[in-house]
Amino acid sequence: MTILNAVVQGIFLGGFYAVLACGLSIMFGVMRIINLAHGDIAVLGAYVVFVIVQSTGMSPFVAFIVALPVMIVLGYALQLTILERSLKSGILTPLLATFGLSIVIQNLLLIRFSPDVRSLGGDAGGVTTSSWQVASGLSVSALGIVILVVAVVVFGALHLFLSRTRAGWMMRATAEDAEAAELVGINSRGVYARATALAVAIAALGGLFLAIRSVFDPLSGPTQLIFAFEAVVIGGMGRLWGTLLGGLALGVAQTVGAQINPEYSVLTGHLLFLAVLIVRYGGGRLSFRVAR
Amino acid sequence: MRVQRWTRTSKLFTGATLAIAVLLATAPLVFDPDVVQKLTNLLILVLLAAMWNALAGYGGLLSVGQQAFIGIGAYGTVFFAGLGVSPYPAMVLAMLVAGVISVPISFLALRLRAAQFAIGMWVIAEVISILVRLDQNLGAGTGISLIQLNQYAPNFRQAYTFWLALAFTFIFLSALFFLLRSPLGVSLQAIRDDEDAARSLGVRVAARKRLLFVLAGFGCGAAGVLIGANTLFIEPGSIFSVQWSAYMIFMVLVGGLGTFEGPIVGAILLFWIQTTFTQGGPWYLVGLGATAALFALALPRGIWGTIEERLGLRLLPVGYRVVGMKSEETTA
Repeated sequence: MTILNAVVQGIFLGGFYAVLACGLSIMFGVMRIINLAHGDIAVLGAYVVFVIVQSTGMSPFVAFIVALPVMIVLGYALQLTILERSLKSGILTPLLATFGLSIVIQNLLLIRFSPDVRSLGGDAGGVTTSSWQVASGLSVSALGIVILVVAVVVFGALHLFLSRTRAGWMMRATAEDAEAAELVGINSRGVYARATALAVAIAALGGLFLAIRSVFDPLSGPTQLIFAFEAVVIGGMGRLWGTLLGGLALGVAQTVGAQINPEYSVLTGHLLFLAVLIVRYGGGRLSFRVAR
Repeated sequence: MRVQRWTRTSKLFTGATLAIAVLLATAPLVFDPDVVQKLTNLLILVLLAAMWNALAGYGGLLSVGQQAFIGIGAYGTVFFAGLGVSPYPAMVLAMLVAGVISVPISFLALRLRAAQFAIGMWVIAEVISILVRLDQNLGAGTGISLIQLNQYAPNFRQAYTFWLALAFTFIFLSALFFLLRSPLGVSLQAIRDDEDAARSLGVRVAARKRLLFVLAGFGCGAAGVLIGANTLFIEPGSIFSVQWSAYMIFMVLVGGLGTFEGPIVGAILLFWIQTTFTQGGPWYLVGLGATAALFALALPRGIWGTIEERLGLRLLPVGYRVVGMKSEETTA
């Protein structure tokens, strides 16, 4: 029963990782870049929500809706100022530029908010405290269900967006071949900016969940980036639904590891990630498939 | 037309470099111990920058996880000293262990490219850091002192550590210098300029990258040993911190990625910044991060790369240049 409980809790935790990883997966799928500031952007989102909650006293969920336009504008700005330039000059430049950005965001947050550890768990109301006893030794929390459902909805909505809407087709076409897409009249600059804005908005949602389900501080970003990246890689880079499954697998690995010894939690997640790298990239060539 | 390696400037400068190394060796006899400690820090930065540049500048391998080897070097010293090995031989052993461990790691890490490699190395560093935290004998999460170094009087200890730093820096920079000048070096610079083109011309890209990776493993291990010896206290949170990668990226990007002299310039600059803004703090890191990002976007060849390009200057001859018969000064 304890193992079953660990697996169930892992799936709920995995829903959180999938949301964190979603934006990273979109940006890689569309632009072939990994944003090393992704985790810090999620934490920035958490702080934006935190400020709104502090000054208005509204629920973090409502505050997130208020914060969303801010994050979308930030996403556009990120694309137009930094990423667009870096895309033109080789594969290392986006990594270097976003690594620099990551340090800047962390330390600006440190200056503005001090190193104090914060949480929005107390402001989120009953959802953080309710849970149901399903069987002896197996209980599910309301928050876990909410996050998992939101994760599935986010991925489902993205799927519909990419497969059913004109903007989604344009994004897939640009991801497949940006130059060919330009030839048929698609403005790749606009597509890239939309993809980044979407990624930043979903990262902020990940930040909201981080703030509600546990604690955060200005330096929480790198850990979130590592977990998000592990979810993307475990699920297969460039595969959207794979990222959801990757997040769940990472969550289960961590909770099952913690079952063996609480200190092994993060370690087992890392080991699963490294094992996937060995198996998947074991001599074979890398192939990237874009979200369908 | 003829092909030239040494210019008058580079002969002069290589001679000057050797003279500086000899002069530096007398520093502990001349300066106060705290100055010697600062100079040790400078040498550590030079070593780190040169090793990160060997990876990224010549191998195209952007690692955010070199702190893995820094940590192995530092903790290796504690480990061997704990077994009863005399501290300074323990440091050399720990440096060797870091280098040897980089070989199996390379077989995993070098399968990855670009972002996968960058974050893959970061995760490897995290795994090693967690393993250290789980080991009570290494002080677990709270850290451990290098008490064995207390057997030396502070000014002697600082002098010995400085000489070890000078020796390590000299050995690893010379190794890189001669590697780049050897026939292997030509293929490394070809990989730097265009990996796919180099591969199509028959360069064994994977083997060359492994060579650089292992060199950087030894070099970063050496830097870690020196960091431990210079601070006397090691703690997993700081020795395995990704901040080391941030420093390395800053020094190499600002100095000049893929040039031999650039990282040294970057290291001296970071050293100057660190001694000027001694209180450190977040604003200083904001400045470092923003500067690194700006250089990556706007001046990718860094300070030294740009000077080299504009003036055709070569201080340490690692490449060749083609000189027209008419004018000695034009670089074709």
